[in-house]
Amino acid sequence: MDVIAYLIPIALLMGLLGLVAFIWALRSGQWEDLDGAAMRVLHDDDETTAPTDGSDRT
Amino acid sequence: MNAVKPRRRAYEAEQSVGADCCDVGAMANFAASTTGPKPVDIDSVIVADPQAFVRIHDDGLAHLDLFVEELHCAACIGKIEGRVLAFPGVVSARINMSTRRLGIVWREGEADPVMLVRAVVALGYPLTPFDPSLIESAISSEDKSLLSAMAVAGFAAANVMLLSVAVWSGHAGDMGEGTRTLFHWISALISLPAVVYAGQPFFKSAFRALQHSSLNMDVPISLAVILASTMSLYQTVQGGQHAYFDAAITLLFFLLVGRYLDHRARARARSAATHLLALQASAATVIDADGHQRSVRIRDVHEGMVILVAAGERVPVDGLAIDGISDIDAQLLSGETLPRLAEPGARVYAGTLNLTAPIRVRTTVAADNTLLAEIVRLMELAEQGRARYVRLADRVAKIYSPVVHVLAAATFVGWVLIADLGWQEAMMISIAVLIITCPCALALAVPVVQVVASGRLLRAGILVKSADALERLNGIDTVVFDKTGTLTLGKLRLVGDNYNADTLALAGAVARHSRHPLSKAVAAATPEDSAITISAIREVPGCGLEGYRDGARIRLGSRSWCGGNSQDAGDGPEICLAVDGEICATFEFLDELRSDAGDVIRTLKSMGIDVELLSGDTASVTGRVAGSLGIEKWQAACLPAAKVARLEELDQAGHRVLMVGDGMNDAPSLATAFVSMSPVTAADVSQTAADIIFQGAALSPVITALKVARASTRLVKQNFALAFLYNAIAVPLAVAGMATPLLAAVAMSSSSILVTVNALRLRILR
Repeated sequence: MDVIAYLIPIALLMGLLGLVAFIWALRSGQWEDLDGAAMRVLHDDDETTAPTDGSDRT
Repeated sequence: MNAVKPRRRAYEAEQSVGADCCDVGAMANFAASTTGPKPVDIDSVIVADPQAFVRIHDDGLAHLDLFVEELHCAACIGKIEGRVLAFPGVVSARINMSTRRLGIVWREGEADPVMLVRAVVALGYPLTPFDPSLIESAISSEDKSLLSAMAVAGFAAANVMLLSVAVWSGHAGDMGEGTRTLFHWISALISLPAVVYAGQPFFKSAFRALQHSSLNMDVPISLAVILASTMSLYQTVQGGQHAYFDAAITLLFFLLVGRYLDHRARARARSAATHLLALQASAATVIDADGHQRSVRIRDVHEGMVILVAAGERVPVDGLAIDGISDIDAQLLSGETLPRLAEPGARVYAGTLNLTAPIRVRTTVAADNTLLAEIVRLMELAEQGRARYVRLADRVAKIYSPVVHVLAAATFVGWVLIADLGWQEAMMISIAVLIITCPCALALAVPVVQVVASGRLLRAGILVKSADALERLNGIDTVVFDKTGTLTLGKLRLVGDNYNADTLALAGAVARHSRHPLSKAVAAATPEDSAITISAIREVPGCGLEGYRDGARIRLGSRSWCGGNSQDAGDGPEICLAVDGEICATFEFLDELRSDAGDVIRTLKSMGIDVELLSGDTASVTGRVAGSLGIEKWQAACLPAAKVARLEELDQAGHRVLMVGDGMNDAPSLATAFVSMSPVTAADVSQTAADIIFQGAALSPVITALKVARASTRLVKQNFALAFLYNAIAVPLAVAGMATPLLAAVAMSSSSILVTVNALRLRILR
């Protein structure tokens, strides 16, 4: 049964890690724009995304 | 990081912008004059001077926040941000897709906000600057605290449950008392702080209710959680067998899930009035007695001032036209399809669009007393009235809480008096009753069905905005429609056959130069690539357009102005094309009905629902539409207040009304009606006021929403029945003193899961 002396703290620590990560994400504003984040993943961050001639390429 | 890369494009960008634009104040004119492949719809462009909204921070950075319209996809984000970042001095440009806001930051003095805004408007995205301190952010602080409470409760529930499962299997096996107590202590250490933190939303609300000496669902919740934690702590200290830490924290977690879902659904509908005010033109050009022009904020405009409204601008305040002749588009305000002529002496209303020529207006009432402000006021009144609707869940809670408390107290008294048990043990049993009866499944019964129902409707292009909209929709017996933009598409379409391809091409070449709806309909029907050039084009307000081609005078406008006899005119809107005074083509227009409008009306009637039509348009047009759709009850020429009055009349008569409308003039009635729907093409205000928004050119979403509403209300009731059934089984056991933490955990989780699974049936329901 000695093993629970390690296992319980490890389990708690991992859970706590997840909790801290979630709260960090919340604080850093990652829940502010869920729709935008879903869209942004679709466009490559390169030259073609910003047409210089102002034309509509959609 | 993004800011550096595209900077070298700045020169080109400025070139292309600089080449096209004419004068600085007229963003709208600029947008109209570009000859890009996608013409900008000038009606949706709101002209406002962004300078007044620039905030300069101490670090030398200037901030500007804008609402972006017509924002649809990933490409829009890329285009707008890329274009703004291409300007030198711009540090960041970030679009929030959820709130449709664009935040621009630049180094003060290195970029011109007017240029930035104009560049985006030129891409086809109308912008409205706003003051962010006046509008709450999309994810409110309450949302955030609910989310973190949920996260903490979830973490604690998972870990405590892990330990509890060990303890429960220990009961059957050989777990020693020492190990069990150790596990109880660890559970206590995890769950007690978590309960204190995550239980706050419930404790606060319960406290508020008690302060007003009333009961809500949070009172039994708080009591159960607090008592369960205290009792479990006592048991742990005593080295006892039964600790309810898992029940207390799991309960909180489930309840917080329900609460968060519910809160999200409600938060969307909140900022109705604030968004509406952003629509108002934000500055007025005042002409002083000495002829000097100056820009004044709307709220500083007094009665009797003379203001100048340029072509393409929205009229900032109500007033009388005193100089100049122009066409005024009031579709957003009154629902009329065709613009009205504004001659000296005519009344003009704030929020309408001046189409053809500059006019001078003497203001009649101060800015907070305009027709638009009146609409806002009517809406606020209506929304207060609607808050009186009591949701099914709240009605259940009202009965549930007292019953539970009486039951727990009776259990305590019963065990002490009848069974002669010690007060401590009797207390244990009555606390167990409170824990078992805690309305976990009950609290999930409604939000889960709502989420599934909204998800299903969303896939059908229907957005449910207010939390209880479906519940209210279920009870309706009357549907009131608006005409323009709701039963019809709100777009004039060229019909008839009094023209040929050549005359159409010629008319199109002329019509392209006007913002008049009829001209736009002609231009839309003409192929883009016509090579006809018209010179010296001018627009005569109230008459039409005139220009010259190879020396011949070409007129496109009203029949009498084109040299015809006005007696020959048809009964619908029409314009004629005349070459050198000779009419060679006539164009007739029709505001098209939505293709399935007739079917929808028939289906509604077959469902036993009354249908009415209230329109701001003229009696002849409204009567024709009502007749063709088979609607017997209709009223024409309704002002916003008249529509509200009719809805209140229906309400008084005991009818529950669904209002379907799109114009700004419908906003108050949308807010007044028992429940309301708007097409996605509606004015912003109406979209904010409506409970449900639907996409697409069809009207059938009204039927779909109604069907889903009925199905989901049925499911909610089933869920309540399930929750009560579970209570009927578990409560006698608890009262009999046979409840254990294992029973509590199993009963609570299984009833919650059962309720959720039942809600999911809505996905497969026809």
